[in-house]
Amino acid sequence: MTKRTLGFVALGAAAAMLLSACGGGATDGNGGEAAFNQGETQVVNPSDATGGTLRYAISADFDSPDPGNMYYAFAWNFSRYYARTLLTYTGEPGTEGTELQPDLAESMPEASDDGKSYTVKLKEGLKYEDGSEIVAEDVKYAIARSNFGEQALPNGPKYFKQLLDKSDDYEGPYADGDDPLKGFDGIETPDDHTLVFHLKKPFAEFDYILLQPQTAPVPAEADKGEQYQTRVLSSGPYKYDGDYRSGESLHLERNDQWDPESDPIREALPDRVEVEIGVEQNEIDQRLVNGDLDVDLAAASVGPAMKGTLLSDESKKVNVDNPETNTLRYVNVNTVVEPLDDLACRQAIMFAADHDALQRAWGGAAGGEIPTQIMPKELDGSDQSIDLYPSEDRKGDLDKAREKLEECGEPDGFSTNIGARSDRPADVATAEALQSSLKRVGIDAQIKQYPSDTYTNTQAGSPDFVHENELGLTVYGWAPDWATGYGFMSKIVDGRSIQKAGNSNISELDDPEINKLFDEVVDEQDPDVRAQKYAEIDRLVMENAAILPAVFEKTVYYRPDNLTNVYYHVGYAGYDFMALGTTRE
Amino acid sequence: MLTYILRRVGAGVLLLAIVTLVTFTIFYVVPRLAGQTTEQLATMYVGKAPTPEAIEATIDRLGLDQPITVQFWEFLRGIFVGAEYQFGRDTVQCAAPCFGYSFQNYQEVFPEIIKRLPVTFSLAIGAGVIWLVGGVAVGVISAIKKGSVFDRVAMGIALAGVSLPIFFTGLLCLAFLVHATGLFPSPSYTPFTDNPVAWATGLILPWVTLAFLHAAQYARQTRAGMLETMGEDYIRTARAKGLAERKVVLKHGLRPTLTPIVTIFGLDLGLVLGGAVLTETVFSLNGIGRYAVTAIVQSDLPVILGVTLFGAFFIVVCNLIVDLLYAWVDPRVRVTA
Repeated sequence: MTKRTLGFVALGAAAAMLLSACGGGATDGNGGEAAFNQGETQVVNPSDATGGTLRYAISADFDSPDPGNMYYAFAWNFSRYYARTLLTYTGEPGTEGTELQPDLAESMPEASDDGKSYTVKLKEGLKYEDGSEIVAEDVKYAIARSNFGEQALPNGPKYFKQLLDKSDDYEGPYADGDDPLKGFDGIETPDDHTLVFHLKKPFAEFDYILLQPQTAPVPAEADKGEQYQTRVLSSGPYKYDGDYRSGESLHLERNDQWDPESDPIREALPDRVEVEIGVEQNEIDQRLVNGDLDVDLAAASVGPAMKGTLLSDESKKVNVDNPETNTLRYVNVNTVVEPLDDLACRQAIMFAADHDALQRAWGGAAGGEIPTQIMPKELDGSDQSIDLYPSEDRKGDLDKAREKLEECGEPDGFSTNIGARSDRPADVATAEALQSSLKRVGIDAQIKQYPSDTYTNTQAGSPDFVHENELGLTVYGWAPDWATGYGFMSKIVDGRSIQKAGNSNISELDDPEINKLFDEVVDEQDPDVRAQKYAEIDRLVMENAAILPAVFEKTVYYRPDNLTNVYYHVGYAGYDFMALGTTRE
Repeated sequence: MLTYILRRVGAGVLLLAIVTLVTFTIFYVVPRLAGQTTEQLATMYVGKAPTPEAIEATIDRLGLDQPITVQFWEFLRGIFVGAEYQFGRDTVQCAAPCFGYSFQNYQEVFPEIIKRLPVTFSLAIGAGVIWLVGGVAVGVISAIKKGSVFDRVAMGIALAGVSLPIFFTGLLCLAFLVHATGLFPSPSYTPFTDNPVAWATGLILPWVTLAFLHAAQYARQTRAGMLETMGEDYIRTARAKGLAERKVVLKHGLRPTLTPIVTIFGLDLGLVLGGAVLTETVFSLNGIGRYAVTAIVQSDLPVILGVTLFGAFFIVVCNLIVDLLYAWVDPRVRVTA
């Protein structure tokens, strides 16, 4: 081939590529009726058409797809495809989605007069995927394996262990080879369809504990400990198609043993559900917009690159939802590390903080709203009028901050450290914004970064580490375990929840008045009175200046045109996966 | 020859043993020397709501409180004779070679690696063929047509190939060739036996991107080697004898040039088989490289150890093959016992 021929060949190839590139342009979507953020308050693209394959993808992985071993909200949301729980949230957009209704249970639990026992009746005739009957003892067993004993599944919460009576000596289902439930008397099963829960003391929000995936039934003979996740025995409308392949995929197909008549919340529209695990985040965003994918399983915001594109392109913006997620992004102000053990020093930080800059660190108005208290507005008792540290344009009140510094005996400021998760850009940006805010009044804060995987257990979550490294301030985030003030605040501000590892009360706030209010609230049956008490706790936390709220986080979701029945579910902090369908085959 | 092979295999095994010891020391001993207590180690693997009892149980389950020598012995024993693990009431047999099970997702490490091997293997083989054939061909043509437009353009592109990292070229390819123009399908892995066409189309972009990085080096090296050889006296002799130019170039010119190429090809292929970390991450291919990245992010020690040893194994094997190929490629090399 001569030089010239080679040149022509190359030119021809380039031209062909260019031409086909023009031809392969994006197809026009039919999202004409949709509007920006419509999915936060109403069902978008309603449809009852069944069929097709619903395609999910996630960049990381499940903490575990085993309902007894999961804590992420998206995992709880997703597990409902193959695991039914005693109770569940109602399937409604807005605050109605935080209310409860029976799932496996026939009706709502009946509490005894002293509030210490709850009776739940199971629906009759419910079956697993293999056709065997779901009985009360399987629910009891599921709770035992996820909460009790040395080999209790590590990932989920342990509320049952905390609350159930007559079970302190129970060593878990693997201790006794013959009778796995021997010694576990906190739950009685008088017959195959009745469960009686006995509590150590009254707990008014016990119903919310019964919606946890840990109440999804597991027959003792099917249990394989941590490896049960590989193939969970389905009680829901879908069952595993093949094994769960960690880091790779999870596929679900219809479960013909599921009775739609018995199920109030699951539409079960698609024929198949497929999850692709370990897809790079930018790739997920891009595929969602191209229509090659239906849902980002993690229910986290699209990445920064795509966020900018979606919010600035009017034709795409109609397919964007920007809901507030009940997640507070905040900075813990440690009440033990010097000089922040002095209230006035902590208050100086509250006054010095530039909230406008903190909001920008979270991507501005689309990233979150500026809070003046800690309880997200969707929760009963959230009091937006609490505003103890006001300032002009939310940029901080430096005079007040200096006054407070005088008061705590550090008139020239002091130095401290800010802990942040190195692999979370918004956390680091928050730390940087706070650092420059504080500099204005002479407070010198050094940023210390740690990997997010170990941050919550080993660094910020370990009081010893916090003290040793003088982490006076730590960037953090919190979403409720269930949608009430207790579900949101008890782990982060109740003094009794401070623990040596995996501590979430990182400010180590141990205020007797707050603790007392938590004691009262669990004994209070009237939800309105509880709400008042939550507002009171919220105000006390702000008075203590133990938490510096940064934003009530808002996420940016993209809903492809072919996704039907889409709405944001407050209880699961994401789209209601059980409602979704697809128009694509 | 046989003695030579045996000697080399022996050396390879010894090397793997050393790698095992060093990796084990790095991941198991160094954290302790750095002052981490067993409790701190355990809190990394205990989930999101760790109670003191759960931490105790984790220490016990993972044997973190055992002396290092015992832990190392257990690890070695697992590799040779397998081990037994308890999951719930289930006793699980981990057959040799057993690298233990993941601290984070409770899957056995070795089968997980094997499961991901076809992805990495497909990636390595496809890219390897492209970069070897493409790189050497471009290098040869460049050398023959030294100073021509082709030579300059090819060497310019080769420079770009060597300098541009894969997370740049890969993302660029994805953005333009997949998402903007739709010329290529989204990269994915389909087993070759299921559908060879889907296998090839799903991998073509990762192949090209990965090959681009390596081919550049091969083109430059081949060109330099060829230029040097083509100036040798014996080439002039060959031409003087009236041999066809094609034969002069391919038989007398290229052959000695290939010796260093074979060396680097062996090493590169070994590295890619051990896990093309960036390529797999950028293109979301669940091969060994991506497995390693996830494990490192999660401090999942047995997986890190398993993948490291596996990678080392491939590099040792490829080195061995390279040594044997030397004798075939370059007649000046003779293997003697």
